[in-house]
Amino acid sequence: MTDIKILGTGCPKCKALEKLTREVVEKSAIEATITKVENVVDIMRYNVMVTPALVVNEKVVLKGRIPTMDELQQLLTLPKDKTYTFPGK
Amino acid sequence: MHKKNYILSAWVIAGIIVWLMIYHFLQPLTDWFVDSLLGMTQGARLTETVRFFVFEYPKVMLLLLLIIFFVGIIRTFFTPERTRKALEGRRTFTGNVMASLLGIVTPFCSCSAIPLFLGFVESGVPLGVTFSFLIASPMINEVAIILLYGLFGWETALIYVVTGLAIAMSAGYIIGVLKLEKWVEPWVFEVHSGQQEEDNKEQMSLSLRLREGWSAVKEIIGKVWIYVALGIAIGAGAHGYVPQGFMVSLMGNGAWYSVPLSVLIGIPLYSNAAGIVPIVSVLIEKGASLGTSLAFMMSVIALSLPEMIILRKVLKLPLILTFIGVVGTGIMIVGYLFNWIF
Repeated sequence: MTDIKILGTGCPKCKALEKLTREVVEKSAIEATITKVENVVDIMRYNVMVTPALVVNEKVVLKGRIPTMDELQQLLTLPKDKTYTFPGK
Repeated sequence: MHKKNYILSAWVIAGIIVWLMIYHFLQPLTDWFVDSLLGMTQGARLTETVRFFVFEYPKVMLLLLLIIFFVGIIRTFFTPERTRKALEGRRTFTGNVMASLLGIVTPFCSCSAIPLFLGFVESGVPLGVTFSFLIASPMINEVAIILLYGLFGWETALIYVVTGLAIAMSAGYIIGVLKLEKWVEPWVFEVHSGQQEEDNKEQMSLSLRLREGWSAVKEIIGKVWIYVALGIAIGAGAHGYVPQGFMVSLMGNGAWYSVPLSVLIGIPLYSNAAGIVPIVSVLIEKGASLGTSLAFMMSVIALSLPEMIILRKVLKLPLILTFIGVVGTGIMIVGYLFNWIF
């Protein structure tokens, strides 16, 4: 079970990220719990200053921007011990 | 370099060439469109109003497109984490200068104001330095600079940037000297963020940076195109129909009260640079003085009511009022200064 959190105070970008995440999870049939974290103090625990941010299994994998669908899929299906490498590197 | 990067770079270069062609031929194209295609009478009021819009709107949008793209790429090099690192523990005026300058290039949107404020204060960036950042960041942005450049010329754009920076630096410095930490909500100092990770893990590739530049274009243009259109349409209408000198008595050089009045009116007016600059350009054309117009514009952009309401979460009312007072005074000084010079 993947634990997905979307950190955001309610800006349009945060909503877009939540929507996209739900789409990807549904499309690729990922078993996951999706939580939206809106409380600023809770967001700060992840040391995030620009919203939205994506947390997968308690690890911040993305902040401040909306990924493409492919990128997001890769981020969500990553094994726990691997770090993500950005495309084109 | 990755093969994908070559293809992307080729696209970017092709795009710039097309851009240059359109920009270069915009004036003859406009004239052809208005005079031949629409067959309007040259010199008539309506003709000149239409011509103004048909020329200025694409021009400003073209400039926005190009600059936002490159600023978007530049911004991928400046993350808030890096900015914070650079500002940690800097108390003196140097901190305010750096914060104001970094405010221009660090990506920032008002919905991130609270996490950013918390993140800065929590890691030991002084309050005054944080304020310099919070003032400069929304006030001096690429949209404002491009519109000023497109509709007024580079001198006015430069004046705006320099005076805006001066206000952000000195207002932040004053707030720092006044030691107003007591007016920050106490819970702010109790926030402890998690592990500070090294952020160079996110080493971006060129293609990702280009993509970020493009997504900045889509995001900002998607938001401002309508305001620019409205602003320039109103401007075009006034350009043709409002008599010359109409604004002299209200916002002219002679009326001393015009500067503070403009600042006061500007606070509740919440508009972005995209909507306000075209209107201000017409105010000036019709006799408003540069200083007063500059003050009005700065007040609308820098002192926005919604942002104050957001900041109220972390700041007590006296600090917000001090903030408005200090920045407002700075704007008024700029207004009077330019009314006096010109």
